Amino acid sequence: MAAVSHDSHGHNEAHGHHDHGHHEESFVSKYIFSEDHKMIGKQFLITATFMGIVAMLLSILFRIQLAWPGEGSDFVSFFLGETWAPGGVLKEDMYLGLVTIHGTIMVFFLLTGGLSGTFSNILIPLQLGARDMASGFLNMLSFWFFCLSSIIMFVSLFIETGPAMAGWTVYPPLSALPQAISGNGLGMTMWLFSMAIFIAGSLIGSLNYIVTVLNLRTKGMTMTRMPLTIWAFFVTAVLGVLSFPVLLSAALLLIMDRLAGTSFFLSDIIVGGEMLTNHGGSPILFQHLFWFLGHPEVYIVLLPALGLSSEIIATNSRKPIFGYKAMIGSILAIGFLSFIVWGHHMFITGMNPFLGSVFVFTTLLIAIPSAVKVFNYITTLWRGSLVLTPAMLFAIGLVSTFISGGVTGIILADSALDIAIHDTYFVVAHFHIVMGMSAVFGMFAGVYHWFPKMYGRMLNTRLGYIHFWITIIGAYGVFFPMHFVGLAGAPRRYYDYSVYNEFDTNSYEMIMDLNVIVTGFAIFAALGQLLFLFNFFYSIYRGPKAPQNPWNSTTLEWTAPVEHIHGNWPGELPTVHRWPYDYSKPGADQDFIPQNVPLAEGEEEH
Amino acid sequence: MMVSKLIALIVIILGVIAVAQLVRVYELTAKLRNRGEHEISTRDNNLNGKMMFGFMIALYIFIAWLMLRFGWTGRGEAASTIGKETDWLLNLNFIILFAAFILTNSLLFFFSYKYVKKEGVPAYFFPHNNKLEMIWTIVPALVLAVIIVLGLKKWNEATANAANESICIELFSKQFDWTARYSGQDNKLGRFDYKLTTDNNELGLLTTESIDSAIVAMENGPNGINKLENKLNDQRLMMIPEDREKMELDLSRKQRMIRLLYQMKERHDSKIDKHAWDDIIQKDTLYLCVNKEHEFNFRAKDVLHSAFFPHFRAQMNTVPGMVTRTKFTPDITTKAMRERMNNPKFNYVLMCNKICGGAHYKMKMIIVVLEEKDYKKWISSKKSFKENYFAATSAPAPSSAMSADSTMVTKDTASVAMN
Repeated sequence: MAAVSHDSHGHNEAHGHHDHGHHEESFVSKYIFSEDHKMIGKQFLITATFMGIVAMLLSILFRIQLAWPGEGSDFVSFFLGETWAPGGVLKEDMYLGLVTIHGTIMVFFLLTGGLSGTFSNILIPLQLGARDMASGFLNMLSFWFFCLSSIIMFVSLFIETGPAMAGWTVYPPLSALPQAISGNGLGMTMWLFSMAIFIAGSLIGSLNYIVTVLNLRTKGMTMTRMPLTIWAFFVTAVLGVLSFPVLLSAALLLIMDRLAGTSFFLSDIIVGGEMLTNHGGSPILFQHLFWFLGHPEVYIVLLPALGLSSEIIATNSRKPIFGYKAMIGSILAIGFLSFIVWGHHMFITGMNPFLGSVFVFTTLLIAIPSAVKVFNYITTLWRGSLVLTPAMLFAIGLVSTFISGGVTGIILADSALDIAIHDTYFVVAHFHIVMGMSAVFGMFAGVYHWFPKMYGRMLNTRLGYIHFWITIIGAYGVFFPMHFVGLAGAPRRYYDYSVYNEFDTNSYEMIMDLNVIVTGFAIFAALGQLLFLFNFFYSIYRGPKAPQNPWNSTTLEWTAPVEHIHGNWPGELPTVHRWPYDYSKPGADQDFIPQNVPLAEGEEEH
Repeated sequence: MMVSKLIALIVIILGVIAVAQLVRVYELTAKLRNRGEHEISTRDNNLNGKMMFGFMIALYIFIAWLMLRFGWTGRGEAASTIGKETDWLLNLNFIILFAAFILTNSLLFFFSYKYVKKEGVPAYFFPHNNKLEMIWTIVPALVLAVIIVLGLKKWNEATANAANESICIELFSKQFDWTARYSGQDNKLGRFDYKLTTDNNELGLLTTESIDSAIVAMENGPNGINKLENKLNDQRLMMIPEDREKMELDLSRKQRMIRLLYQMKERHDSKIDKHAWDDIIQKDTLYLCVNKEHEFNFRAKDVLHSAFFPHFRAQMNTVPGMVTRTKFTPDITTKAMRERMNNPKFNYVLMCNKICGGAHYKMKMIIVVLEEKDYKKWISSKKSFKENYFAATSAPAPSSAMSADSTMVTKDTASVAMN
C-alpha cells in the first residue's frame, strides 16, 4: 500500500525526531489542560458524546409520554423520580423542560460543539500540514468554555425548580417571566449563562480556525487545493463569528430584562395577576436576534457534516469529488445566503408581509446550491468503485436525509404554505431529518473514518454496519411518520393530544397510532446507539492497531505517523503538489495519489 | 420494583459482556485470516450494496403505506376559501417535490448498489463537466421560480387587508384560554389599554367609566395604593424584610401606573366610548358566519401564544404589546362538515400553537360556523359589553356574576349551534 508516499516519508523520518515531541508530559498537561489540537478534538468529542447521550435519553422519556400518555412507566420514574414523574407519569412542566433541554443540547452541544469542535480541531492542522492551531492556548480555552457551559446546562436538569422550560428558542416573554412557568426561575438563568459561556468558547474556537486556515497552510497548499472538509470548516467558522455574537447580545438583553428590570422584549404584560410596568419592548425583536443566529446555525451544523461526507464519499468511491469548484461555490453561496433568510422562521409572527416575501425569495434560493451539492454527490458515486465502509454508508445516508429533509424545507419556506403547517410536527420532522439526522450521520461518518487517526486503532467494522442499519431504519422510522402527524395539524410541544378528543376523535386516533410507531422506532434507534458506544470505548483500548493510511486516502493527515506526536510530523512539514482528489487518475500506478507526491513528468494537475 | 431493576441491570451487564466476547471472537478470526479492519471484504461490500437497494425499496413501501393510511385525511378538507387554495398549492408542491425526492434518492441508492467495487473495474476519473453542472443549476432554479411565483401570489392575497364590510373579531389570549370580542353594531372594535384591566373589564376596554373604575381599584382596591401605604406606615405591623421590600416595589409600580391612568383620563375623548360599549364578549365557543369574511385582531395578555385554525389553514401569533391580524372566509358550516366527515361530534377548533406554559396543550376554543340566519339570531341574543358591565358593577360580587352570566349564554348558544 501507500507505496507512493513512502519515499517522502522515509525521508522525513531520517532527520526528524529532535525538533518535536518526546519530552515527558505530565498527565495534566497531556490529558486535561492540553494545548494539542488532537487531544482537544478528542475532548470535544467525548464531552459532546456525553451530552448527546443525555439529550437522547431525554427524548426517549418524553416520547414515552407522547405514545402512552398518562400511563406510569418504571423507566420514566427511574430517571425522574416522584418529583417530576409521580407514579411514572411525566409532569406537564417537566415535559416542556425535557423538550427544551433536548433541543438545546442537540443543536448547540452535540452538533455545534461536538461536530465542528471535534473535527475542525483534529482535521484543520492535519489536513493543512500545520504543526498545530494558530493559538494552542486559545484552543484549550475554547474547550474549557465549552466544557463549563456543558456542565452548567447539565446541572440545570437537577435543580429543584427544574430546567429552562421555554423551548430551545427561549422566546420571551415566557422566558423572561419567572411567574409564567416553574423552570423559568433559576433554570432559565442557568440556561442563559450556559449559553453565554458556550458562545464565548465557540467564538474563540472559530477565530482560531479561521486564522489557522488563512495562515498556517503548508507549502503548496493553496486555497483551491484544500480538501472540502477544510472549506466547510472555514466557512462554518466565519458564520459562527458573524452570527453567534448576535445571539450573545440577545441572551444578554434577556438577562437584563430578567434581572435588571429593563424592557427590551416586554410590553404591556399582566402575568399571575401582576400588572407589569414594562412598556415599549418587543418580543419580536428577540426573535429577529435569535434567528439571525438561528438560521446560520443550521448551516454551522450542516456544513461540517457535508464537508466530512464529501471527503469520505470521494475516498470510498475511489473517484474525485465531482465538481470540486462547484462544491466550494455552493458552500460559499449557502454560507452567504444563510444570513439573509432568518425571517422564514417568523412568517406568522405579525412581521410585515412584504418582508415575508423577501425572505421567501432568499430562502428558496438556498435550494439551488443545495441541489448542486446533492447532484454532485450522486455523480461522484456514478461509475465509482465503491468501498462501503461504515463511514461511507453513513455519508450516503447523509445525502439521503439531506434530500428528504430538504424537499420539505421548500414547503416550509413558502410563506403561503407555512401558515398551515407552521409549528406543527411537519416542522419537527423537517428539521430533524435535514439538520439532526444529516449532521448526526455526518458526525458518525467522521468518527468511523477518522477514528484510526484519532486513537491509532480501528473500530469494529461489523458492529459499525449493524449500527448504521439500525440508525438509518430507526431514524427514518421516527421522523418520516411525523410529517403525517403535522399534516393532521398536530402542534409541536404538546404534552398530549387529548384535546383532539373534544373536536375530532378520528384525528386523535390517527395521531396516537403514529405516535406509537414513532416512539417504537425511537427506542429501537436509541438501543442501536449502545452498540456504537460500546464499539467506540472498547476500540479506544482494545481495537486492532491502525495502519497509517487505512482508507488509501490522498489527504495529508494520513501522511502523519499513527503515533500522535506534538507537532504532527516528525521533521519537515509535507509539501503539497496537487489537489486532494487524485483518485483513479488515468495513467497512475495506484488508484490514489497523495497530495504530497510531486506531479510526474508530463502529468497535468487535474 | 427493586427486583425488576436488579434483573434489568444484570441483563444489561451480561449483554455488554456477550457483545465484548463476540467482538473478541470476531477479532481472532479476522487475525487468523490475516485481514485488517480497514479492508472491506467483497462479501461485506456486496451485501451492504444490496441492502442499500433493499432499504430504498423498503423506505418507498413505508412511505406509500403511510400515505395510504394517513395521507391528508388527518385534518379534513379545508373549510375556508383561502384554505382551499392553500391545499391546492400544497398538493402541487408535494407533487413536484415528491418527484425530486424519488428521483434523487433512487439514483443515490441505486448507484450505491450498482457501482460497488468489482475486481478489475476501475473507477471512472470524472472530475467535472460544465454542461451537466449548468443543467442541474438551471433546472432547479426554473422549478423554484414557479414555486416562488405561485407562493407569493397566494401570500399577497392571504395577507392583504380585509374588506371593510368583513366581520371584525378580536381574539384575546392568556394562559390558558381564549376570549373573543365581536365588534358589535358599528363593526368597530373599541379601544383598549392593558392598564384598565379589572375584574369586570378583563380585556381592558377603554371607556370613561372603565378609566374611573381602574383608578378607583388602583387607589382603593384590596391591594390598592392606599392599603399598601397604610400597611407600610403601620408601626405596629411586623414584617419580614423581604416581604416589606416586595410591598414597596409593588407600591412604587402602582404609583407609576396611577400617574399613567390619570394622564389617560385627561386625554380621553368620551366620543369613542360607544365603540367599546357595543362590543360583545364571548368565551368558550367562537361563532362564525359562513361565507362572510372575518377579520381577526389578536392580543396577548401575558406571553406569546399562536392562534392556529387547522381546519381553515390560518395561523397568527399573538404578541403582548402588539396587535396582529389575519383573515379568512369560512365556507362550510359545522353542520355540513359533520355530514361530510361522517362524524356527528366533529368541531372546528382554535388551538394555541406557541409554547406558553404547562397547560399549553389544553388551550383551545371550539369554533362553530353557522348559517347567516342562525348567526344573526345568535348575535342578537348576546348582551353587549355595556349591559354586562353595568349589571356586574351594581351586583355585590362582580366577578362571579360575570362568569355565571357567560356560562348561561354558552348553554343557550350551544343549542343554537345544534340547530
